[in-house]
Amino acid sequence: MNRSNGGGSRIGQYIIPIIIIAVLFGLSFLTRTGTSMRPSYIVVLFVSILNYIVLAVSWNIFSGPSGYIALSTAAFFGLGIYVSALFGESLPLPVLMILAGAISFVIAAIIGVITLRLRGVYFTIFTFGLVLLLQYLILWYEVKFNNLRGRTVASVPYNTVFLSLLVLVGIVLLAAYFVRKSRFGMALSGIGECEDAAAHVGVNTTMVKVIAFAATSFAIGAAGAAKATTMIYIDPPIAFNVMMSFMPVLMVIFGGAGTFLGPIIGAIAFTILQEQLTTKWPKWYMIIFGTVMIISIVFLPKGLVGTIGEMKSMQKKIALLGITAGFMLIGFGFTQILEAAGVSIGGLVFPLLFGIAGFVIFANVFKRHKGKEAA
Amino acid sequence: MKILEGKGVSKSFGGLKAVSDVEFYVEEGEILGLIGPNGAGKTTFFNLLSGALPMDSGTVLFGGQKISGLKPNQICRAGMGRTFQAAKNFPGMAVYGNVMMGALFGKPGRSASEAEQITDEVLDFVGLTEYKDKMVTDIPLSAQKQLEVARALATRPKLLLLDEVMAGLNPTEVEDAMKLILRIRDSGITVIMIEHVMRAIMTICDRILVLHHGAKIAEGTPQEISTSKTVIEIYLGES
Amino acid sequence: MITVLNIIITGLIMGGIYALISMGLSLQYGVAKILNVSHGEFIMIAAMLTWVFVGLGIHPLLALVLCCPFTFCVGFLLHITIFRWLNINSGTAAAYESNAMLLCFGLYFIFSNIAMQIWGSNPVGFQFMEKSVNLGGAIIAVNKIIVLIIALAVSILFYLFLSHSRLGKSIRAASQDPVAAGMLGMNIKKIMAICFGIGAVLAGIAGTLISMYSQVNTGMGMGYTMIALIVVVLGGMGSIPGSMIGGMILGFVGSIFGYIEPSLSMVAYYLIILVLLLVKPKGLMGR
Repeated sequence: MNRSNGGGSRIGQYIIPIIIIAVLFGLSFLTRTGTSMRPSYIVVLFVSILNYIVLAVSWNIFSGPSGYIALSTAAFFGLGIYVSALFGESLPLPVLMILAGAISFVIAAIIGVITLRLRGVYFTIFTFGLVLLLQYLILWYEVKFNNLRGRTVASVPYNTVFLSLLVLVGIVLLAAYFVRKSRFGMALSGIGECEDAAAHVGVNTTMVKVIAFAATSFAIGAAGAAKATTMIYIDPPIAFNVMMSFMPVLMVIFGGAGTFLGPIIGAIAFTILQEQLTTKWPKWYMIIFGTVMIISIVFLPKGLVGTIGEMKSMQKKIALLGITAGFMLIGFGFTQILEAAGVSIGGLVFPLLFGIAGFVIFANVFKRHKGKEAA
Repeated sequence: MKILEGKGVSKSFGGLKAVSDVEFYVEEGEILGLIGPNGAGKTTFFNLLSGALPMDSGTVLFGGQKISGLKPNQICRAGMGRTFQAAKNFPGMAVYGNVMMGALFGKPGRSASEAEQITDEVLDFVGLTEYKDKMVTDIPLSAQKQLEVARALATRPKLLLLDEVMAGLNPTEVEDAMKLILRIRDSGITVIMIEHVMRAIMTICDRILVLHHGAKIAEGTPQEISTSKTVIEIYLGES
Repeated sequence: MITVLNIIITGLIMGGIYALISMGLSLQYGVAKILNVSHGEFIMIAAMLTWVFVGLGIHPLLALVLCCPFTFCVGFLLHITIFRWLNINSGTAAAYESNAMLLCFGLYFIFSNIAMQIWGSNPVGFQFMEKSVNLGGAIIAVNKIIVLIIALAVSILFYLFLSHSRLGKSIRAASQDPVAAGMLGMNIKKIMAICFGIGAVLAGIAGTLISMYSQVNTGMGMGYTMIALIVVVLGGMGSIPGSMIGGMILGFVGSIFGYIEPSLSMVAYYLIILVLLLVKPKGLMGR
């Protein structure tokens, strides 16, 4: 970070953004694999992945460097869903997304102004409470005044949702990339590393936090509006599902908080895991989710990308990735054995779980943790 | 000319008066020493001046402008820099990045290249250039103290509050720190310093203010303070 | 008039339970620095266990006693295992605090879903002293009065324990200045683990008490966690008297809303806190 604004690297700054745009542009051709009436499975899966990438990357822009853990993702995602449910018949998807984003922005700014002056735990409690508040409030309103519990959402062709999310992902990734390099990003990391020191060198800490929180909530609301159009029926418990607050946190912690690639990798891995587990093993899904979350927090504090980045020797990095790949292969073999024995489970569940296990175990073996006590 | 003056500055925690009704002034270009026994309210006083804590009552004027009630970042941008007794730095950044934070945010509208220039100058001024690429956790204590000063200087303050920058230093390092403070003053920055190293206080301060139980009990030149009966009594009585 | 009396008595009962829950949470946060968002799951587990015990022919009051060592052990063991590992792996105290909270969310998912696998998600209940008495016009079930008495007794005993016993004094010392307490020869790690265990016991007692007067289910935990969090914010983080007062206030608000618009009580709690934080950011008893 320290001298990245210096002359020589000015062109280098644009290499990654160009790669991002190129990849996303390439992905847009996936719509040709199916028609707008019958989307291909890959497009359906990508809608989920892109959706989670928006949530995880947005969460990481604010909470990653600042250390303020926002659990409001489900609240703004749910608001987005309700915007689509209410206005989906009359407004086109991009307008719905912007409207949902704007509403989320305003509410996040209000909550932020009140709670971001306080210590981090208050903020976390309040953002989490917001999810339940909106859920109860909307349910009460719907039952009392509209005499209904849920609503149907006007559906939009999958290909359109996919392309809209692709654009949103592009915006969020570019924002994440440039914020890291910017003065604003430095202010956010300063807040996370020592808020007092940041305030006393002239950082307007409250304003930086509120703007970052509100702006990332905009993207989350917009994603909710897009995803809603694929959901057909929604009600408050579905729209404001607390899991949507935790999935991005897990994805970011697993991938590596504060890193650029971490949230993307985490989002891809856990979306696939979620898709396959919820269809085949719905009962175990939440238990596995909780277990992986605890293991990631305790044994992988820097996340996948952070752990690799911290290793000094190239051999160790390659060895760790090799071992992980080996574990994934074993997981793949294990799935084959189970299939042969007649147990059907999503093809990528065990490779992913085995890979996670292998990575966690050997990352800790390599590190031979010399960590000190914190408290 | 008085660069900073305050009236009735008070703060209490629960029932305990940490700072009570302090009236003071600082002349532009002087070094003002702030002394007193442990728990006298010196650091709280700094926290009130720099906006880290809100005052219960009182007003502080900085260059004629009222700064009491402003937030730390506003007071910093008005031209008051400070260091912390227990070093507060950005552990995830190198020394260079720590000072850069001060340079970037200390004044509105500084460009990145200006900030880099200021950072280089300040690192050179305090003598930290050799450590600039080291992480803050990997540098010696004396350098960490210098870093506190450097980060504050990078905001380009008119007034600098130094909170025990000599604590834990060996005699040679104290000597260097004294020279540094004098050079800071000579560069046109007014200094208020809290310090327990009496030799340093008596040598470099133009005036000294003594706090005891949150109240100002004496004020004067080092000569006057060192012969003041009340001050001697308090220091002897406490120890 | 009778309605007012009913609201007051219901408020007292709810307040007693809320105070109990919140004291446990406050202790865990104040001493062990863990904001235990799986607190409600301990309530749920104790409530479900009580139901199981009663099904086996055990008296509910005996079940209350049986649940205590169980919840204590779960809390204590969790602290000396995963929370200790987390502490070793966290760089700073602030990082530990936020990671510990997230870890508790992981525990919440595991506990609530395992319980759902075992007991399903339908409400269950048992009969216990369902006769009613007439208190100055208000008709109140006997079980609720017993619950209130036990909740108040446990709260007062707990307060006396903290203020008078040797261990209680160590706990308070550890919460105010862990470093200094450690220097005085206290085993801080052990005290923290004990506190986490005691917090779990208080939640467990509340769970058993709740099961004595109402139906319970495996999904009940999060609602109580939310209430405990709100009470702790209301009373001031880490303040035990604050939790008692905050619990009572919330109990009365809940009781009043129970008559006006039950489905809005959570909304009311949240708004009260939001307003309070604007006026007094550290909570009622916070410093």
